[in-house]
Amino acid sequence: MKKVGNHKSFSRIFFSLALTLSFSLSVFSQDSTSVDVAAAPATGGNADAGKALFNANCAACHALDKVMTGPALRGVADKYDKEFLYKWIKNNTELIKAGDPTALKIYNENGQKAMTIFPQLSNTDIDNILAYTSQPKPEPVVAATVVDGNGGSSNDSGISNNVILGALALVLTMLIVMLFLVNNVLTKIAKANGIEVQKDSKSLPIWKAFIKNQFLLVVTAILFLLFAAYFAYGYLMQVGVDQGYEPIQPIHYSHRIHAGDNGIDCKYCHSAARVGKHSNIPSLNVCMNCHKNISEVAEETLAEGNEYGVNYNNEIQKLYNAVGWDKTTQTYTGKTEPVKWIRIHNLPDFVYFNHSQHVTVAGVECQTCHGPVEEMEIMRQHSSLTMGWCINCHRETNVKVEDNAYYAKIHEELSKKYGVEKLTAAQMGGLECGKCHY
Amino acid sequence: MKSLYKIVAIAGFTFMVTSCHDDAKPNYQFFPNMYEAVPYETYSEHEVFKNGKEGQLPAPGTIKRGFVPFEIPNTTEGYALAKETLKSPLDSLSRNPENGKALFNIYCAICHGEKGDGKGNLVKREKFLGVPSYKDRVITEGSIYFVETYGLNSMGSHANQLTQEERWQVADYVLKLKSEL
Repeated sequence: MKKVGNHKSFSRIFFSLALTLSFSLSVFSQDSTSVDVAAAPATGGNADAGKALFNANCAACHALDKVMTGPALRGVADKYDKEFLYKWIKNNTELIKAGDPTALKIYNENGQKAMTIFPQLSNTDIDNILAYTSQPKPEPVVAATVVDGNGGSSNDSGISNNVILGALALVLTMLIVMLFLVNNVLTKIAKANGIEVQKDSKSLPIWKAFIKNQFLLVVTAILFLLFAAYFAYGYLMQVGVDQGYEPIQPIHYSHRIHAGDNGIDCKYCHSAARVGKHSNIPSLNVCMNCHKNISEVAEETLAEGNEYGVNYNNEIQKLYNAVGWDKTTQTYTGKTEPVKWIRIHNLPDFVYFNHSQHVTVAGVECQTCHGPVEEMEIMRQHSSLTMGWCINCHRETNVKVEDNAYYAKIHEELSKKYGVEKLTAAQMGGLECGKCHY
Repeated sequence: MKSLYKIVAIAGFTFMVTSCHDDAKPNYQFFPNMYEAVPYETYSEHEVFKNGKEGQLPAPGTIKRGFVPFEIPNTTEGYALAKETLKSPLDSLSRNPENGKALFNIYCAICHGEKGDGKGNLVKREKFLGVPSYKDRVITEGSIYFVETYGLNSMGSHANQLTQEERWQVADYVLKLKSEL
């Protein structure tokens, strides 16, 4: 059985109270750690300036310690002659064409992929970049301490909560015991002094008194029936409504990070919502448009994931397994396995709904129906998707008639007919049965 | 004592009724055979298909309505060829700067920036690095279309999000941004 109207709200309230209490007690101390950039080694360049240049020009294809589109670049200055590197970076195509043996070797080693030429970089710029790539690899100590710090502090808060609750329980039991003892002592004293403790005179039990009072009985019966009807109605009305449906997906995908923090447009992935009846579940190649390069999340994102009990890096690895991407060789293996996403929003078979009509034609924001998706760590159904909900929106929403020359005349006539300036969807026939049921 | 049992029983029953709600499971339906389609639905599973999935690839050789074959291969030479020879097939009626802008802001601006300066949100947040400004690169409408279709280096293909016509419209807008930088 499922939730019944507001029936559960009391338990919900208590539960949420308890939750908020316990959380408000816990203090998450997050140490802010700063990484000191190591001083530039003796290659003669400025590593800080080099980092900026590297990020602006090279980082699209190269990383320091892992193979991306191009090879890893840490220590590249030790491998090759500096004059050669100047030439290579400024115009590698020319070097290859001229038949330079080192250049040809690099070209062939890296799958004959042409590197973009950078004639705009000066020798000093390249010196700076090389200084940056020659920096020793930082030890991952920082990361470990951050994670430890978090785990430790949350554990501490859990213990302190338990201690406080335990102490409270102890005090309460002691109070009860003390009251009982005091009572005993008082009776004993009374007995010793020869005073008889008065016992309650036998009166009519409350149940019997209640049954005898017919007025009370009728009122209670009416109240009981009213409540029962209310809850029964509430229960029946939510059958078939999946509001709040929040299934666990095969790959944990956080809309909070993608749409919220990174601000990626919904339609980047759900591109079919613009042009089709359905808003598509993105195919994995769309994920790979970005995750080909992002195989690991940032430290702080990883720490955020701990709060939800997810390791985002593992989830990215699941994506790689599904799509058959080998991140060490940067190639597709061809071994794929389909991901069985669980569909959340599902209208009954007897309703027709078209995304493009709402998204492109009407210009309705995705959030109007799907709620604050950009805040959801786990996607859930925000709206009830009942007919009453649809109709309500059609009655309240004004149709976007501006810049629509094709329908200008009919809009004008309809406005005149209804005597309004702005037409609602309902006035355009948005309530007709056949619009959605056929 | 008897009433105590009753109270406990009622409380227990209410608890059972209310505690079973699980957000990870879909709700009950009144008449499932009116909700669930008899034919296969989008993303449904159905035994009529060999691999059990409704989402099937079109038969080999299928051509989408309005599709124009694009014969330049995804190679470095192909890129050079596209850069020099490929021209937009759009006539004055299908050029649509507003649509190009809207699409650019959805699909490209997240990395390339709304001005095309290579400072999109993902770059600012250091998720993606080294996105060039259009100003610094030699690009033509043909090369832009080529890159949108096949991707280049770290950029992936956007051919399944944008139709051919839309890609040409975006290419127009990219050139406009480049001229403004």
